[in-house]
Parts: sequence; structure tokens; C-alpha cells
Amino acid sequence: MGEPTTKAAPALPSIRGIGEMRHLGLLGALALLVVVGLITRPENFATASNLVSILSLAATIGVITVGATFVIIGGGIDLSVGAVMALASVWATTVATQSYGPVVVAICAILVGTGAGLLNGWLIAYGRLVPFIATLAMLVAARGLAQRMSDRKTQLISEGNFSIVELSTTRLLGIPLLVYIFALVVVLGWILLNRTTFGRRTYAVGGNPEAARLAGIDVRRHSMLLYGLSGLCCGIAAILIMARTTTGSSTHGDLYELDAIAAVIIGGTLLTGGRGTIVGSILGLLIFTLITNLFILNGLNTSDQLIAKGLIIVVAVLLQRRNLKERAP
Amino acid sequence: MLVMKGIVKQFPGVRALDGVDLDVRAGEVHCLLGQNGAGKSTLIKVLAGAHQPDEGTISFNGAEVRPGSPIDAIKLGFATIYQELDLVDGLSVAENIFLGHEHARLGFVNRAAGRRAAREVLERLGHPEIRPSAEVGRLPPAAKQVVSMARALSHEARLIIMDEPSAALAHDEVANLFRIIRELTAQGVAVVYISHRLEEIREIGDRVTVLKDGRTVAVGLPARETPTQRIVSLMTGRNVEYVFPPRGGREPGEEVLRVEGLSSPGVFGDVSFSVRAGEIVGLAGLVGSGRSEILEAVYGARPATGRVLLDGRPVRRGVVGTVRRGMGLAPEERKAQALLLDQSVTANITLGTLPGFARFGWIDRKRERAEAQRLSELLDIRPPDPERPIRTLSGGNQQKAVLARWLLGGRKLLLLDEPTRGVDVGARAELYAVIHDLAERGIGVLLVSSEVPEVLGLADRVLVLREGTVIHEGEAGELDEHAVLDMIMNGRAA
Ligand SMILES: Nc1ncnc2c1ncn2[C@@H]1O[C@H](COP(=O)(O)OP(=O)(O)OP(=O)(O)O)[C@@H](O)[C@H]1O
Ligand SMILES: [Mg+2]
Repeated sequence: MGEPTTKAAPALPSIRGIGEMRHLGLLGALALLVVVGLITRPENFATASNLVSILSLAATIGVITVGATFVIIGGGIDLSVGAVMALASVWATTVATQSYGPVVVAICAILVGTGAGLLNGWLIAYGRLVPFIATLAMLVAARGLAQRMSDRKTQLISEGNFSIVELSTTRLLGIPLLVYIFALVVVLGWILLNRTTFGRRTYAVGGNPEAARLAGIDVRRHSMLLYGLSGLCCGIAAILIMARTTTGSSTHGDLYELDAIAAVIIGGTLLTGGRGTIVGSILGLLIFTLITNLFILNGLNTSDQLIAKGLIIVVAVLLQRRNLKERAP
Repeated sequence: MLVMKGIVKQFPGVRALDGVDLDVRAGEVHCLLGQNGAGKSTLIKVLAGAHQPDEGTISFNGAEVRPGSPIDAIKLGFATIYQELDLVDGLSVAENIFLGHEHARLGFVNRAAGRRAAREVLERLGHPEIRPSAEVGRLPPAAKQVVSMARALSHEARLIIMDEPSAALAHDEVANLFRIIRELTAQGVAVVYISHRLEEIREIGDRVTVLKDGRTVAVGLPARETPTQRIVSLMTGRNVEYVFPPRGGREPGEEVLRVEGLSSPGVFGDVSFSVRAGEIVGLAGLVGSGRSEILEAVYGARPATGRVLLDGRPVRRGVVGTVRRGMGLAPEERKAQALLLDQSVTANITLGTLPGFARFGWIDRKRERAEAQRLSELLDIRPPDPERPIRTLSGGNQQKAVLARWLLGGRKLLLLDEPTRGVDVGARAELYAVIHDLAERGIGVLLVSSEVPEVLGLADRVLVLREGTVIHEGEAGELDEHAVLDMIMNGRAA
């Protein structure tokens, strides 16, 4: 896969190509999975309904993955994403919130997500908690609060707020609206990361916090904002999951944090921060979703599916290491 | 003893080594000279097993060897002190020194034995004050350099390779280093020594090999007799005037910086001075005399009491504020404090002044790239491609990028800590000219350098520091090197 070969011709401007070459590897893996799908399940893999279900499934975690990519490039980790999304979905579907109509439901989900994220960020940046601990605490607490608010019951979206559900039922060119929302988040995330000072600083803060500080960047504030951004993505994801399932529930998004982090890692983002891409993360996520889909279509059991995913993470990290070794001193 | 023949090493897009020959004899100090990016570090990394050569042979004591990894190289008896420090910050001094060859039995590390052995090596290096149990991340750069030297000595090496070991060392430390080198060579150990300071080559070197653009252009020159002119022209292919631009013609203006009673307990105390617009003020002192710490305190990056005024108005503590008010710091340790190794040269250059390239957070990449290109050319950063990851640049070229960062965005006051660390003779003259030019344009410069001639040659006014206090302040023109050295070593005022 995309590592610089030592034998490249002198004239090759290959350094710049490495990033894209790694994506080529991911694309290759994705293509392979598609071929496997076409061979094993020719009758129902390539159907419109299956593709739509893959994309809708990917959309929710996908939005979270965009936020997670920022946090991880910035040198942190957010374990609370699934729980925060669940909390946002519950808060947004309480009887009280729902009485104000769909717009308020959506805004509520976003505010709850962003608020929880900023709280994470504040604890980490100003309270000096280790990201792992702070977000682990948030994971537990947010789930607990979600259970408490919902009395452990699944809260249905009321008739009056069905325009939320329409995000998954309304289709444009055969594709549900929520997939467009996912795409929009990806595009905005890419722009934010690659074209703005915020993105550039994210790389700086994750790559060398001391250098970032001495260059005049407010490292703490920036870290806090990164977690806030991750929370915002959880809020958007909550809207998508409410649309897909027509419910808000404290059990939504269980283990999403692992899927999101795995997708980011497979996509080539270093857990140590400072390096990574949105495109890689999304490709990693699609690979993950496709595997799930193939296992389901082929009627294989979920334990095998988990084993396969575990293997993929290991392989991806090993390939990354080879990439790194080439550049080591 | 060691013969390298026709070594070729290709990186994507650059041929770093293009047929290099080197022969080193037992018991000699063999100096490797060359401009920034000539391939010196790459060559020694090949020896150290960190890079695999694409072509060429290495033989050691008559037998062909192929160090496939750093461990192989150590087993062969090659120890290396890298240009960029490679210590593990979170581990103790002793653990770092014996990393990979711990004092252990059945996998259990014997920490007491490790510390004892570490103390011995450190004492031999003349640094009994570095505690073996101290955490390396908390040591100043010079002490780190000593630790990495101790690591190289802890192996029973027959060939020790030193890549710019003196860059982070002050005058007396260098003397110490030379004493150790002489001890080693007397025992028949060979030393490969890389430095950009020609005086050092004269003092310690036996023979010199010169590299230029990945090729050997001269082998086995006598280190003491070869005229400087000839060495420099071999290195650069031209004649460089190794001098400082003439002073004078510059009339310092208003006061930009005023420091009153700046103190930090145990580090420096009651430091007061001022810098005027267009004036270069030099801080001379030993490593550990508080030079870098004073710069950091002025910059707001380190807590201290006392007052710092910029343009007559007090600055708030915290780097965000001082940068916004127009200060810039080029820190001492480029890898740890300045560089984003994975990012491009452009991104590294514009990091400090990014808001100036952006509108509503949106970066104007065309303008950014154009500015980076302009600065790369001005400082002659090589290769001249600002889109390369800065990791792939040679040490001296990375240093130029660190300086370039603050040439942007209308700075009023620049704090330069060892600005020419690791920069070759030719490029150094260019950097001096650039610094002068900055002053000419009315920027105040506060300069720290371990090289006294550099401070005297560049600065208008000099503050001499000893153990955290200013013991002398005067015009640079009225001081000479000996007087300054005497003051910083013995505390005697002129
Ligand atoms: N990992 C790498 N990938 C690509 N190019 C590299 C890499 N390492 C070094 N180079 C290139 O190889 C050339 C030689 O670099 P090297 O570090 O050996 O120079 P040097 O002689 O040690 O210079 P300096 O005096 O500045 O330390 C440079 O052009 C550098 O950009
Ligand atoms: Mg070098």
C-alpha cells in the first residue's frame, strides 16, 4: 500500500502523492469488498435498497466519525460519542421538547450534543483531565442521564414532529435525505480541516502542542473547541438516528465510539495526533459498514463479524507502521 | 578501520547520497563537512543502520558489513549521537542511557545497578550534577545532549559517530566534549565528527572529508593545515565571506521592549533592560545562566514576576497576547519547540502568523504559498520546494524555516534563541544579513547565542549573564571575545 518506495525515479514528486496513495489502498480494499459482495450475493448485494441501507447505516456513525477525526488529529480521544448521541436523542424526544415542534427537537439535539462536548473539552483543557478519563466519565454519565430522563423507555417521535422522520423517508434521486446530510457534514468537515485556520491549528495542536503554544496558538481553547465540535457532530447524528428509528432512546449508539475510532484509525489517522484525513476516515467507515452488510447478507453470525473487524484494525495499523518506519530517522 | 565506498541513498524525489566514499582510521577524529543538506546526517544514518543504502559497500576491519538496523550497528561497535535528540522524554536519565541494553536479569531491570552505571558515565562526562533518576523531559537541552552522549559512551563502541554534538553546547561544555573525545581516541576508538564550526574542526580534527550535494569532493584533508578558504570553497563551490555585515548606519529608534525586575526564583533574578526599535541586543552567558528562560519569560511562555512592556504598554502573560502584540520567538530546540514535523515547510513557516493569511478563518493558500516560497528563497532553504514535509529537510534547513516563521506578519520584536544552530557557514552569512535587514527595518531583536563571536558580531549592545543575573551591559564594539568569556566563566566584570 501507499508507502514511498526507495527506488522511485528522482524526478517523481512522490512525497505529495503519499496521502492519496494511501487512500488508493483503502479504495482498493473497498473495491475488494464490493467484488466479494457481488460474487457471494449477486441477487441482493447490488440492489438499490441494499445500497441505500448501507449508506443510511453509515450516515449516523459517519457524522460522528467526522467529529472524531478532528479530536484525534488534535491529539485527543472522545469515548463519549455514542452516549452523548443517545442523551441528545432522549432529550430531544421528551414530551416537553416535542411539544415545541420539529425545529426545536432538532435544535435541542444539537445543543445537548455540543454542550456535552464543550463540557468534555473544558474538563480536559482547563481541568487538565486526561481525555480518556474525562470522556469515559462522560460516557457513563451521559448514558445514565439518558436512562433517567427516559425512564429506560424508548421514546417515540410524536406525529406532530414527523418531519424529523421524513429525513429518512423522503428521497431525492432515490437516496434518503439523511444521506445528503451526512455528505454535507463530510464536505463541511473537509473544508474546515483543510482550508481554514481552525483546521491548520488542529494539526498543530495535535502534532506538537508545545510548538503550537510557542507559535501563539491558544492550545487550550482550541482543544476545548475540538471536543465541542465532536459533540456537535453527535447532536447531528442524534437527529439522523431519530429519523431512522423514529425514536429517542438511551440505548442508541452503543459502542459507536469504537466504530468511529476504528474507522479513523483504518483511515490512517494517527492516534498520537497531528496526522490524518477526513477522506481516509470516511473510507475506513465505509469499509466497516460494508463488512457488516456482507456478513448480514451472507447470514454469518455477528461474532465472526466482530473478529473480522478486529483483524482489519490490526492489519490497518500494521500497514501504518510500515509507512512510519520508512520515514523514521 | 572503516571504509565506505560508493554509497548511494535515494529518497523520494532526492538523491541524498550519490556515491560517497569515506575512510576512517582507528584512533582518529574524522570530520565530515558539508553544507546544509549535503548528506552528512544521511551518511551517518546509513552507518548507524537507520537507513539502508541503495548501493555501495561498507567494510569494517577488513570485513564487509551491512548494518540492517540500529541494533546491528551497535553490535558491530558503532555508537551514534544523532543530530536531532532521540531521547524518550518520559523515562529517567538512567533508563535513557541504557535503553535497549538495560542492566537486567531474567527480564527484571536492576534499577540500582543502572543508576550506578549511569552516574559513572555522567561523571566521566564531567556532569555529576545530572541525576540518573531525573526525568529527561524536564532537562534543559544541553543536559539532554549530555545524556545522549552518555548513551553513546555506555556501549563499548569502537566507532563513535557524532552529528553536530556541539550545536547545543556552550563554550566550556565543548572543551569538556573534546577532552572525552581525546580520551576515546587515545584508546583507539575512532570518532566521526560533524560540525559547522570550523574552529572546532581545527582543534579536534585529524582528517576531513567534504561532502557536496551527496558526493565526496575531498577526502583525507589534514584538518589543521587546510586553509579555511579552501574548505569553504570545497563545501559551497564558491567563496563566502565569513563575516558579519558592517554595523553602523543604523540609528535605533524608540524603545520597543522594556523589562523591569524580571525574576523567576532559582532561574534568574531582577533582570532589567530595554530594546529599541532597530536595535539588536545580545544575551551572552553559559547554558544554564538563564538566557533562554529570560526570552521565554519576556515572551510570556514562562511564569515570572516583574514587568514587561511592549511599546510602553505592559503585556499580559501568555503567548497568545504577546504574539498578537507583535512579538515572535524562534526557540532553541527546533524539533521539540518549533516544528510540526509532519507538515509542509509552508505550514511550518506560516504557523505563527496564520490569521494574517486568512479571512474569516479561510486561508488564502495562494498567498500563503507565495510568501513561503519567497522566504525559502530568501533564506535559501533547500530543496526549494515549500510543499515538502519539513521532516525530510536537513537539520540546518529546518532551522532556517524556524527563523522564516517570524519574518512574516509585521513583528515589532523578535526573540532569537540560537538562530544559527546547525546552519552552515555560507547560509550563516545570509542569516546574519537577514537579521541586520530586520533591524534596519526598525524591528527590535533580542538574541541569544552560545557563540560569543556571533553575539559580538551581530549585536549592538550586549548583556552578559551569569547564574541568572546581568553582570555587565555594554556596547558590543567595546567588548572582545576574551573579555566576555572571562565574565561568563569567572564572573569578573570587565
Ligand atoms: N527522510 C527523508 N526523505 C526525503 N528526503 C530526505 C530525508 N532525509 C533527508 N532527506 C534529504 O536528503 C538530503 C541530505 O540531508 P542530510 O540530513 O543528510 O543533510 P546534512 O548534510 O546532514 O545537513 P545539515 O547540515 O543541515 O544537518 C537533503 O536534501 C534532505 O532534504
Ligand atoms: Mg545533518
